[in-house]
Amino acid sequence: MLKNLFAWLDERLGLNDLYKAILDRPEPKGNWWNTLGSASLFLFVMQAVTGIFLTVYYTPSPDHAYDSIQYIMNGVAFGWLIRGIHHWGASLMVLVVFIHMIRVFVTASYKYPRELTWMIGVGLLICTLGMGFTGYLLPWNQKAYWATTVGTSIAGTVPWVGPIIEKALRGGADLSALTLSRFFSAHIWIFPAILIALIGAHLFLIIKHGESQFPEKGD
Amino acid sequence: MAGSKHISRRDFITMVTAGVGAVITAAVGLPAIAYLIEPALQSGSSKDAWVPLGKLDSFEVGKPALATFTRSKVNGWEKSVNSYGAFVLRKSETEVVVLSNVCTHLSCRVNWESDKKQYVCPCHDAHFNIDGKVVSGPPPRPLDVYQTKVDNGILSIHFVEG
Repeated sequence: MLKNLFAWLDERLGLNDLYKAILDRPEPKGNWWNTLGSASLFLFVMQAVTGIFLTVYYTPSPDHAYDSIQYIMNGVAFGWLIRGIHHWGASLMVLVVFIHMIRVFVTASYKYPRELTWMIGVGLLICTLGMGFTGYLLPWNQKAYWATTVGTSIAGTVPWVGPIIEKALRGGADLSALTLSRFFSAHIWIFPAILIALIGAHLFLIIKHGESQFPEKGD
Repeated sequence: MAGSKHISRRDFITMVTAGVGAVITAAVGLPAIAYLIEPALQSGSSKDAWVPLGKLDSFEVGKPALATFTRSKVNGWEKSVNSYGAFVLRKSETEVVVLSNVCTHLSCRVNWESDKKQYVCPCHDAHFNIDGKVVSGPPPRPLDVYQTKVDNGILSIHFVEG
């Protein structure tokens, strides 16, 4: 019965071919350093899922942001767990993405024909850092407030256009409800949308090229 | 090794991965469900109180009058104030009936229409008579009746938070 169902689906979707192309593709002999991309992907999915769960209770308004997080931590069943995973997963993701980049650099895997994979990876790194920057403000506590004050001020030091960038980031001259809601929007819609698109392209290129052979002595 | 009872290295890894994956999924998935349905699991700490509606003498005999009152309630991290209404009907100098203005069909608020001598719900055209009994329409039961008491001429109702 199940076998028939699978055969029916396979005939129409080509599941076996997909499986072979995506998960059972031939690879050069690798080691644990080759797993960092998958680890980054796993962390992204975990952040997405826990993030979606957090929006069930979180409220992006200066009046309610702090209190709603206090409620998640102390009032809701396992709220501490969901937020804890999101909080620590964020730091871990930045770390893993960064080590992933170093590995690709050290093993020279960014070279022909994989330059595009590297460039898209740079976009992914920037988006990951953007997620960290925008997510840091959302608890709306003292640390968040001043970190964002400093961060947006740094953007304001760009010659000529600095003040415009700073105001655009803050949604005005100072941090306000506008800052919180636009950071929230960037955190849950804009950056995730870009990330998903870039991850799709990144994965497509990896499946297309296969993983790179590590260079050997004399290479 | 074909035919021996030993499982292959590959099968072992597959089984361990699936097992660990299942444990992790359950360890995170079950709390996640509890997290989502938490508000439904809160034991309804049904608070009750006697709410004063005003002097009994201020209500006309034989004519329902809407009395309004507010109650505050903590929902999650926010305290909100809800408005309620009740129809006070003095049947005589001493006898008083207080009806909830919440329609028993789907919780819209009913209005007293004095020309028809009926409570009418604007949502699905339900009609109740002056005692709150269903005259026509979809409601499954009469309007709810509040317990009342009169202290020093002040009319109070027994309000139970749902």
